[in-house]
Amino acid sequence: MMERPDRKRVTSWVVINTVVVLYAMIPVLWIASLSFKDPSTFTDGSFIPRKWTLDNYAGIFENDDFVRGLVNSIGIGLISTFVAIVFGTMAAYAIARLTFPGKRLLIGVSLLIAMFPQISLVSPLFQIERALGLFNTWPGLILPYITFALPLTIYTLSAFFREIPWELEKAAKMDGATPFQAFWQVIVPLAAPGMVTTAILAFIFCWNDFLFAISLTSSNAARTAPATISFFTGSTQFEDPTGSISAAAVVITIPIVIFVLFFQRRIVAGLTSGAVKG
Amino acid sequence: MTTPAPATRRALTEGQRSERRLGLWLCAPAALIMVLVTGWPIVYSVLLSLQRYDLRFPDDRAWVGLSNYAVVLTNEFWWSAFWVTLVITVISVSIELVLGMLLALAMYRAIVGRGLVRTVVLIPYGIVTVAAAYGWKYAWTPGTGWLAAMLPEGTAPLTDRVSAIAIIILAEVWKTTPFMALLLMAGMAVVPEELLRAASMDGATRWQGFAHVLLPLMKPAILVALLFRTLDAFRIFDNIYVLTNGSQNTASVSITAYHNLIGGLNLGIGNTMSVLILISVAIIAVVFIVGFGTAAPGSGR
Amino acid sequence: MAEIVLDQVTKRYADGTVAVDNFDVRIAEGEFIILVGPSGCGKSTTLNMIAGLEDITEGELRVDGRRMNDMAPRDRDMAMVFQSYALYPHMTVRENIAFPLKLAKLDKAVVDEKVERAAALLDLTPYLDRKPAALSGGQRQRVAMGRAIVRSPKAFLMDEPLSNLDAKLRVQMRTSISRLQKSLGTTTVYVTHDQTEAMTLGDRIVIMRAGVIQQVGPPQELYDHPRNLFVAGFIGSPSMNFLPAEVTGDSLRTPIGDIPLEGRLRRAVGGRGRDIEEAPGEAPGEAPKEVIAGIRPEAFEDAALVHERAGGSFTGTVDLLESMGPEKLAYFTLDARAVVHSAHLEEVAKDAGSDEAGGGFQLVAQLDPKSGARRGEPLRLWFDCEAVHLFDPESGENLTERASG
Repeated sequence: MMERPDRKRVTSWVVINTVVVLYAMIPVLWIASLSFKDPSTFTDGSFIPRKWTLDNYAGIFENDDFVRGLVNSIGIGLISTFVAIVFGTMAAYAIARLTFPGKRLLIGVSLLIAMFPQISLVSPLFQIERALGLFNTWPGLILPYITFALPLTIYTLSAFFREIPWELEKAAKMDGATPFQAFWQVIVPLAAPGMVTTAILAFIFCWNDFLFAISLTSSNAARTAPATISFFTGSTQFEDPTGSISAAAVVITIPIVIFVLFFQRRIVAGLTSGAVKG
Repeated sequence: MTTPAPATRRALTEGQRSERRLGLWLCAPAALIMVLVTGWPIVYSVLLSLQRYDLRFPDDRAWVGLSNYAVVLTNEFWWSAFWVTLVITVISVSIELVLGMLLALAMYRAIVGRGLVRTVVLIPYGIVTVAAAYGWKYAWTPGTGWLAAMLPEGTAPLTDRVSAIAIIILAEVWKTTPFMALLLMAGMAVVPEELLRAASMDGATRWQGFAHVLLPLMKPAILVALLFRTLDAFRIFDNIYVLTNGSQNTASVSITAYHNLIGGLNLGIGNTMSVLILISVAIIAVVFIVGFGTAAPGSGR
Repeated sequence: MAEIVLDQVTKRYADGTVAVDNFDVRIAEGEFIILVGPSGCGKSTTLNMIAGLEDITEGELRVDGRRMNDMAPRDRDMAMVFQSYALYPHMTVRENIAFPLKLAKLDKAVVDEKVERAAALLDLTPYLDRKPAALSGGQRQRVAMGRAIVRSPKAFLMDEPLSNLDAKLRVQMRTSISRLQKSLGTTTVYVTHDQTEAMTLGDRIVIMRAGVIQQVGPPQELYDHPRNLFVAGFIGSPSMNFLPAEVTGDSLRTPIGDIPLEGRLRRAVGGRGRDIEEAPGEAPGEAPKEVIAGIRPEAFEDAALVHERAGGSFTGTVDLLESMGPEKLAYFTLDARAVVHSAHLEEVAKDAGSDEAGGGFQLVAQLDPKSGARRGEPLRLWFDCEAVHLFDPESGENLTERASG
C-alpha cells in the first residue's frame, strides 16, 4: 500500500527533473550541435548535426585573434580574481571581526557598486583610460574587473568569516600565535573553502564580462574571448562565421561547466550566503 | 546609539586603538580601488555630460551646461530605448520570479536527483552571456535555427520589433532565472520546516501553506532577489548587442549609450546618458529600499 | 607555575559599564582557584583579562612579580581551555595538541615526544590522527586539555570547560581535571557558574556578583561562614532555607517557631534586641526588628531520630519526599508570609531558574534515610539552633559572622 504513492511521487519528480534538465541544457546542446555541424549543413535547421565535423574547432584555434583572446581572458580573469580575493579577504575579515570607524561606509560603498550600471562607468573610463594610456591594455580591464568583483568577494567572504567561531582565534592567541599566525594558520585554512568559492564566482564574473571588454579594448592586445567572438566575420575561415562562433562559444563555456560540475555545492553556498545572511 | 566622539576617544584602550588601525589598514586597498575606479569616473562623467565633446570634432569642445540633457531627454530614440529597457525589465523579472520560485521549489524539495538539478541549473547562470546569446540568435535565424524551423515559412522573428524583444526577454529569462531561483531557495531554507508541518496540521492545503506561511516568511529574500535582478535587468546589454544590436528599435539604454560613445564617439551625449542611467538605477534602488522596505544586504548588522 | 596577583583590577567598557570592579586577589603558586557567580558577574571578563584577551582598564596584573597588563597573550605563557573547546577543525588531534609547540618553534622530535606524553596522560593516544569532528564531546574536552598541558605553561585558564558535557561525563571529567592539576601542580584559574564544580574542585573560591567580589576562601569556609545572603544562597545544594524573622525581646519569631535569642544569635542582633539580663520582658512600644534567618537543609532532622539534643522544632506536612539514597529530602510548603524578599536573593534564584512563582515558599530539610517521613503526612522536625545564620535584609550582611568574627 505504501509503495504506490511513493512510486508516483518519484515518477513525478523524475518528470520535473527532466523538465529542469531540458530547460538548462537545450540551448547549450544547440550551440554545441551547431559547432559540430559541417558548414554545408548549417542551413538544414536540424537540432542534431547530420554531418559531424571538428573543422570549426580546428579553425578557431588556427585563428590568432581567438587564441590571443583566450589568453587575455584567462590572464586578465586570473589576475583580477587573485587581487580581488586578496583585497577582498582583508576587507571581509575586518568587516566580520573588527570594530573600526567607516565600516558601515565600506559596506555601503560596496553595495552601491554591486548595483552600479556598468555602462555608466564605461563612458568616463573610456576617456580616462585613453588619457592614462591604460586603454586597450590588461590593467585597463583588470582595474574595473577588480572593482566589480570586490563587492561580491567582500560579501561572500565576510559571511564565511562570520561562521568561524571567535574562540578559535582566541585559542590561537593563547597558544602563542601572533595575530598574523592566527590569521594565516587558523582562519585562512578554515576560510579556504569560502575563498575557493568566492574565487570561482569572481572568475565567472570576469570571464563573462562583455561590455568592458568591447568598450575598453581596440585590438587583440587585451580583447577577451567573448569580445573576440563578436568580431568574428568569417572572412578568416569560412564565409559564414556561424561555425566558428559556435565552436568558440562552446570553448569559452567549457571552463564554466567544469567549475559547475566540480564545485556545485560550493557555488550554491557562495551565491546564497551573502544574500541571506548579509 | 553612538557616544559623542570625544568621550569615546578618551575611553579607547590600546587594544581598541590597534584594532581600529588594523581594520582600516585591512580595508584600505579594497576601498581605495573601489573609490578610484568608480568615484572619480562618476565625477568625470558628470563633468563630461556638461560639455559639447565629440571626439570627431575635438576642437569644438565647450561647456554647454545642461543642454546635453535637453538633447537626450527630447530625443525619441532615448525614450524608445528607455521604454524598451523598462518593458524588458518588468516582463523578464516578473517571469523570472514565477519561474524562479518553481525552480527553487524543485531544487529544494526534490526527493530524487537533487544534486543533478542543482548542478544543471548552474549552467545557464555560469555560461558566458554572449555565447548563449549566439545560440539564441542562430536558433531563431531562418534557415539555420531549429526554433525558426518550427515557424511558418518566411518569418524572421529577429527582424520584427515585438518578436525580437520577446526573444531578448527569453534569452534574459533563461540565463538569469537560475540565479533568482538560488536566492529564493536560500530564502526557503531559512523558513523552518516545522512551520509548514504545523500549517498542514492546522488544516492548510499545500497551496495555502505556500501562500500563507512560506511566501510571507520569504518576503525579505524575495525582495532582495527582486532588487538585484531588477537592477541587473535594467542594465541589459550583452543579449541585445548580439541578438539585434539595437536594430528595429530594440536598443536598451545601455546599448544606446554605448553606440553614442563607442560608435559615435560623442563623449558629451554618451556621458549624459550614463548619468541618466545611473539616476534611473538609483531611483529603482530607492523605491525598493524605501518603498518596499527591502533590507539591503549587510544593513542588518 | 606562577603566582598571579590581581591588584585592584577594574574593567570598564567604553560606554561606561563596569564589568569588573576593583578585583583584588593573590593566587598562590600551584593553587587551584575558582571564579564563580551567576552569568554576567564578570568572572569570564576577569579570566580574559588574566589571559590578555581583554584589556585591563585600571589596576595591575602581576605574574611572579612582573607586570603583565600590556603583554600580548602569546607572551604570557598561559594556556586556556574554552567552553567550546575551540579545537582547530582542520587539524588532527595530534596537530591540535602540537600547535602551541609548533608556534614556539620547538624541535620536531621534542614536539612528538611531548604530544605523545600528553596524549597518553589523557587517554587520547588512539585518536591522535582523527579530526575533532570525529570525536565525542568528552574526547574533544580532553584534546582541549591536552593542548593546554602540553607546553607546561605558567598557568591554566579554564572558562567553563565542562559545561558542554552531559551530567555523568561532567562528574568524571571533574575528578580527572582535579587529579591532573594536583599532579602537575600548575596554577589554575577556573571559571564556572556551577557551585558544585566550585565546591569540589577549588582550593579557594572567589564568588563574584555584578563585577564585585563577594567572598574569597576555601570551599568549606564559604559554606560554613558565608559573609552575606548572596554567598549563602549561592553555595550549597539544595540551597539554604531563608525565613523572615522578627526580633522580639528574648526570642526570634520565625514561620517555623520561635528561636531563643541566646549566645551568638543574641550577639548577632546586638542593638536590635534587648539584653534579657538587663531588662526582662518587653518594653512597650518598641517595634520588632526584622532580620532574615538562614538554615541549611542538613541542619534539620526528623525529630523522632534526635534524642537529647537541644534545638528548635517545627511540625509541618511533608509536601514532597525525595529519596536520594544516603539521605532523604523533605519539602514543606510554608504560607506566602514566609517568603523572604531581598534583592540579594532574587539574583541567586534567577540564576538557578527557580523563581518561587507559586503561592508559598518551600522549606527543604535533609533527613536521615532511616526517617519514617511520608508524603502528605505531618512530620515533626528538629533543627539545630547553632546552625542558624542571621542576615541583615538591607545590606545582606551575615550578622552572626560579623559578631563572631
